[in-house]
Amino acid sequence: MTSSAIELRGVLKSFGNTSVIRYVNLTVVKCERHALIGPNGAGKTTLFNLISGYTKPTAGRILLKDEIVSGLRPYQINRRGLSRSFQVSNVFPNMSVWENIRCALLWATGHRYAFWKNIDNLTEVHERTAQILQDINLVSRRDVPAGLLAYAEQRTLEIGITIAGGADVILLDEPTAGMSRAETERAVALIRRLTEGRTLLIIEHDMSVVFGLADRISVLVYGQIIASGTPEEVRGNPKVKEAYLGEEAA
Amino acid sequence: MSELSKVAAAPRSVSSKKRRFYGSWIATALALLALPYIFSSGGSLTTLSLIGTSIIFSLSYNILLGQTGMLSFGHAVYYGLGGFATIHGMNLIAGSKLPVPLPLVPLIGGLTGLFFAAIFGWVPTRRSRTAFAMISLGLGELVASSSLILRSFFGGEAGISANRTKLLPVFDWNFGPQIQIYYLVAFWTFLAVVAMYALTRTPFGRMCNAVRDNPERVQFVGYDPHVIRFLAFCFAGFFAGIAGALTAINFEIANAAYLGAMQSSVVLMAAYIGGVRFFIGPIIGAIFVTYLLLALSDVTAVWQLYFGLFFIAVVMFTPGGITGLLMKHRPLVRAGTLFTVLRAYLVALVPTLTMIAGLILAIEIVAQHMLNAGEDPHTKAFGVHFNAASPLIWLLAAALVIGGFVVAHRTWRWVEKAWDEALIAAREKGFYT
Repeated sequence: MTSSAIELRGVLKSFGNTSVIRYVNLTVVKCERHALIGPNGAGKTTLFNLISGYTKPTAGRILLKDEIVSGLRPYQINRRGLSRSFQVSNVFPNMSVWENIRCALLWATGHRYAFWKNIDNLTEVHERTAQILQDINLVSRRDVPAGLLAYAEQRTLEIGITIAGGADVILLDEPTAGMSRAETERAVALIRRLTEGRTLLIIEHDMSVVFGLADRISVLVYGQIIASGTPEEVRGNPKVKEAYLGEEAA
Repeated sequence: MSELSKVAAAPRSVSSKKRRFYGSWIATALALLALPYIFSSGGSLTTLSLIGTSIIFSLSYNILLGQTGMLSFGHAVYYGLGGFATIHGMNLIAGSKLPVPLPLVPLIGGLTGLFFAAIFGWVPTRRSRTAFAMISLGLGELVASSSLILRSFFGGEAGISANRTKLLPVFDWNFGPQIQIYYLVAFWTFLAVVAMYALTRTPFGRMCNAVRDNPERVQFVGYDPHVIRFLAFCFAGFFAGIAGALTAINFEIANAAYLGAMQSSVVLMAAYIGGVRFFIGPIIGAIFVTYLLLALSDVTAVWQLYFGLFFIAVVMFTPGGITGLLMKHRPLVRAGTLFTVLRAYLVALVPTLTMIAGLILAIEIVAQHMLNAGEDPHTKAFGVHFNAASPLIWLLAAALVIGGFVVAHRTWRWVEKAWDEALIAAREKGFYT
């Protein structure tokens, strides 16, 4: 039996009378790349918000590495090894690229709220920041304020911030949205490389990205998971064809 | 690996950077020691002492506003309580003959500021922006009005006083003469500036910036923004308390004005005018505003109006303050594209100054008629004599304002254009900051 990285049990999320997520059960196995697809408004980002602690479920339980995390604050969940990115770039706009990455790994390197250490003397922080900057190919933009980066660069920085802390469960919310073909290919290669040996749950609209990257796929339609399986299984599933893929083909 | 070490290496040579860094601090210390030899009159020593405390106070305010993104309307609470505690402390020390010399007394103010910041800070720092600003305003009013009610501690309208010379002397210094107070203030100012600068270079200091930029994202890299805001609030309270203590020592009195809304707004304006985005900004702001308030009140009766107009102008035209305005030119200087901008500035300067002169004249004429109605219309403002009743002076003011504006308006557009071109050229060369 493989252990799960993320497990949702009967998760319900309602805003007033409207249920956005309706009793979802979902298991993401450790070290797999799992894609979450579904039409607009299906509740994919809401599901991410629930898993990462941004909002609390109305009912049901969410487990991270077999521990209940529903009800915890985002930073508590992050400290347990889950990190997420955002659909709209959510960086630190007035800080340089270097500072952005560095802030993203301070907690993970154990420096917490330290106000007695000189940050420039922290060798490990320095080296890890440099390594990640090189990994995401933004070395030449090191001193540029993040708010002045080009769109695709900001998206890349967003991924960099997400993986910087070394979390072993990564949630990416449409990392390639709005990118050109070439940029998307580079981003996918980057994601593949950076999530090696980690668990990835990714929301993606681009089907070539989904089928190229994912080990397993879950389809969310109107707040319910209607199918979950390998890319082949999902592609062959008539319900999925009807609800989602067919719609797009038509 | 060689590639990686290249990334890790600082852009400039580390040792020369370090030398320059420590050199500038040593130069600052020497300048503080030398200042009384340049400005030796009693009045200027008092001004310098006021500037010193104002620097500490403004920098402490900027821990909130510039570093962590918290707009406080009640920062004088911690400054004032620090001042009151210091007066009580001095009386207690002198009364019981405790072996505590005056140079250690500012710590009483600092710890008092810290104590009350820790008590009052936990709730408002749960929120940022508007909610925080409103709660800080409420707390400020609460404490300011308590200070008039709780007479035994605050001494009512008159305040409370102490004698700073009754404490243990340090060698042959009893801190009676203003020069000794100047050195006491200079010492603490230097210490506090170094400490607050060091704070910005720590993991905590950097996370304060992150909270300022994007408190939401901070939660997803493992930090609780509330804790960061709270700690920042405590630090700000501590240094504000030290500033309040030094003011109390300087005047040997503490009264309700120390912790009122006026004091809270002056520190806000000083930090903002100096520029909150750079560490040095509030220092420049404190020097500038302290000096401006003293100088303006000498040359014109309506100095508050000018100060208000000046503040509005800064907010509207250069939200980065004086430092922000200067630092905006850094990429242009580095890329060598500053020249055309400077030329445009020089051209725009003449009509703009003309317009401002007309505006000042108009204000002074009106002020003369409002404040001294029925008296001799011959008056003097900014060292210039004029007859406020003469129609010619009215015409002159109108001509300067309108003529200045019409010409200046065109030159501003030219400045804008020159600026945009120079900035684009600088960015193309890779200079962003």
